[in-house]
Amino acid sequence: MFEQLTGKFEDLFFRIRNKGKLSPSDLDAALREIKLALLEADVNFKVVKEFLGNLKERALGKEVMESLTPYQQVIKIVNDEMTRMLGSSEGSVNFSSGGPTIFMMVGLQGTGKTSSVIKLANFIKSRFGKSVALVAADVYRPAAVLQLMDMAGKIGVDVYSEKSMDPVSISRKGVEKFTRDGRDAIIIDTAGRLHIDENMMLEVENIRKAVKPHQVYLVLDAMTGQEAVNIASAFNKRVECDGLILTKLDSDTRGGAALSVYYVVKKPIKFVSSGEKIEDFDIFHPERIASRILGQGDTLTLIEKAQKVIDEKRAMELEEKIYRDEINLDDFIEQLRGLRKMGSMEKIFSMLPIPNKGRILKNINFDESYLDRMEAIINSMTPAERKKPHIINGSRKKRIAKGSGNPVSEINKLLQQFSKTRQMLRQFSSMKGKASLPFGKFW
Amino acid sequence: MQMLFKNLNLLWNKFKKSNSQFWEELEEQLISSDVSVDTADMIISNIREYAYSNNINDTGIIRDLLKKEIIKILNCGINEKLKFSGNPPSVYLIVGVNGVGKTSAIAKLAAMLKKQGKNVVMAAADTYRSAATEQLQHYGERLGIEVVHHQKLSDPGAVVYDSLDKALARRSDVLIIDTAGRMQTSFNLMEELKKIKRVVFKKLDRDPDEILIVIDSTTGQNARHQAEVFHRAIGLTGVILTKTDGTSKGGIVLTIKNELQIPVKLVTNGEKIENIDLFDPEKYTGAIFT
Repeated sequence: MFEQLTGKFEDLFFRIRNKGKLSPSDLDAALREIKLALLEADVNFKVVKEFLGNLKERALGKEVMESLTPYQQVIKIVNDEMTRMLGSSEGSVNFSSGGPTIFMMVGLQGTGKTSSVIKLANFIKSRFGKSVALVAADVYRPAAVLQLMDMAGKIGVDVYSEKSMDPVSISRKGVEKFTRDGRDAIIIDTAGRLHIDENMMLEVENIRKAVKPHQVYLVLDAMTGQEAVNIASAFNKRVECDGLILTKLDSDTRGGAALSVYYVVKKPIKFVSSGEKIEDFDIFHPERIASRILGQGDTLTLIEKAQKVIDEKRAMELEEKIYRDEINLDDFIEQLRGLRKMGSMEKIFSMLPIPNKGRILKNINFDESYLDRMEAIINSMTPAERKKPHIINGSRKKRIAKGSGNPVSEINKLLQQFSKTRQMLRQFSSMKGKASLPFGKFW
Repeated sequence: MQMLFKNLNLLWNKFKKSNSQFWEELEEQLISSDVSVDTADMIISNIREYAYSNNINDTGIIRDLLKKEIIKILNCGINEKLKFSGNPPSVYLIVGVNGVGKTSAIAKLAAMLKKQGKNVVMAAADTYRSAATEQLQHYGERLGIEVVHHQKLSDPGAVVYDSLDKALARRSDVLIIDTAGRMQTSFNLMEELKKIKRVVFKKLDRDPDEILIVIDSTTGQNARHQAEVFHRAIGLTGVILTKTDGTSKGGIVLTIKNELQIPVKLVTNGEKIENIDLFDPEKYTGAIFT
C-alpha cells in the first residue's frame, strides 16, 4: 500500500534535495505536490486541507527555512503529522475479566467481514491461547453462513447458526450458548450493509443492544474512496465503534482512507488484514505505515515476520555452516520454505525500503511457480544428493527431472543458482566474518 | 444515480465569477467525487484555457463548458450497449477483485437477460472462494437458470469448457462466467483468466463477446488501477458499476472512460435482483447538473 504516494514524495524530495535551501516558492510547490499526492491516495479532501494547513505553519517556521537540510525537516514534519493523523496508540485486544469478551463486526458489503472474523478468531486463539466461538448473523447473503462455517472448520472454531431470518435473536442465542459453554471470546459476523440503508442500520443497532458487545469493529476496505469518512461516521454514530479493521492492504491501493478515517472519527485502526492467508492479519502500527509512506519501507514488519518463521537456533547453526562453507541443498530448501511462509515474493518485496518500488513492482511479474518448481526438484533428490550436490551427474539429473516433472534444463538452472548462492555466501562470510541469511537470492 | 457529484451545485451558488479560488474548488469537487487527479486536471485545464482565451469568467457559462467536456468524454466513440454474437452463445466473462459484488451483479444481469426472453447459462468458475459456487447456485435456483459447476478448487478452465458444451447443446443465447475475485496484484489470477479466455477461443473460435470488470463505486482512485491491470492482462470491453446507491459519487466512470477508453455498460444499485440498468450517459450527466 501507499507505494504511489511514497513515489511522489521520493521524486519531490529528490528535486529539493539537490538544491539545499528551501525557498518559499519551493515550499508552495512541495505543498501542492503533497496535496495532490494525498488526494490521489484517497485521503479525504477536507482532511488534506487541514493537514496542509498544519504542515505549512510548521514548515514556514525557522526549523525548516533556515535549515541546510530542509527536505529532511519537511520529511520529519510530514512524518510527524502523518503519524498523528493515523492515531498515536497501537491497537491491542482487551479481554473482559468476567465472562466471555464479545466482539461484533460491522461494515459495508464486500469489505471482508467474514474473512476478518476468521482471521481475528485465529489471532485470538493463537496469540492469546483463548477459546473462541463465532455467531453467524448474516442471514441475507446467499451462502454467507456456509462460507463462515467452511473457514471456521479450517481453524477449528465452533459456529452458532440457525435457519431463522432474525439476526438479533440469532446473535442473542449464540452469545447465550457460548457464554454457558464458558468460551473466552465470541465474535459475531453481521451482514454487510450500506451506511445509508435505514432499516439495516436499525437492525445492527438492535443487535448491538441485544448482545452488548465489548468491542465493535468496523471493517473498512483500504481501497475505499472519499466516501470512507461518511461510512465511518455513520456506523460510529449508530453502533459506536471501538475501532477499525482495515482490509485488503495487499492490494496496490494507496490506502488514504486509513489516514482520513482516524482523523475524522477518532477511532483507532486496530488491525490490518493484508492477504488471502488466515495469518495475514496483524495489529496496526501507525508509525510504520507513516514511514512507509515516506519511502523508508516497512522493514519492522518484515523483520518480525522473519522472526516468526525462523528459529533462532537454526539460524545460528546455518550461519556456522555458511562460515564453514558446508551449506547444502537441505539448507537451501529450508530457507526457501521459511521465505515462502512470510508471504508472496511480491509482498516481501513491497516491504523493503527501495526507492520507486511502485514503478519497479509494476514491471515485475513475480513467478511464484518458479519457487514451486524449485521445491519439487529438490524434493525429488535423494538425501545424499541434497547433502552433496556435486554428485548429481547426468543420469541422476534425468531421474530428478522425471521425478519432479521438469526438463533437465530446470535442474541445471537450480544447481547453478545454488552454486552461485553458495559462492556469494562464501564471499560474504569471508568479508564480514559472519553472514546473514540469504534473503534476496530469489528475486 | 442522483447522488453523483452531489456537491457541484453549491459551487455555482458560491461563485458568480471565476477566480483562482473557484478553479481550485472545482478541482477539489471533482476529486472528491473520486475523479482521478489526472482526469480532473485535464478537464479543468481544457475549460480554463477556453474560458481564458475567450474572456469568459461567468461561472454560469463555465458550467455549460464543464457539461460539454464531460459529455465529450463519455460519448467518445464507444458503444456502451451489450454485444450479442450472431453465433450464439454470446459469452460474457465477468471479472473483478474480491468484494465488489461480482456474483450479485451476475445474478442481476442474468435476470435482466432472462426477462428479455433470452436463454441463459451461468458458469461457476470461481472455484477459489469458499461457498462462491453455492452462492451462484442459490441464485440459479431462484431464477431458474442452470449453473455449471465443479468441485471447490477444481480447474476453472474445465468448468468453462463444460459450460460452453452445455450452452452449445442447449442452444443458449448467453453464457455468463463468474470468476474468482482476487486482488489485481495476484499473478495467478491473471494467468487463470487468460486461460479461461483461451478455452473460450478454442471452443468458439472467438474471444468472449464481453469481458466486463465489476467495480464497487465506493472504491477510490484504486478503481482505475484495477481496470488498468485487468485490461492489460485480458482486454476489457466494459464496466459494471455496483453499489451506486451508497452515496458514492461515481467519478470513476469519467476516469476509466477518459484514461482507459473503457465504457461503463451496466449499473447496479440495490439489494433486489431487478436493481440493474444499462448505463445512460445522458442520465449521468443530467444527474451532475440538476
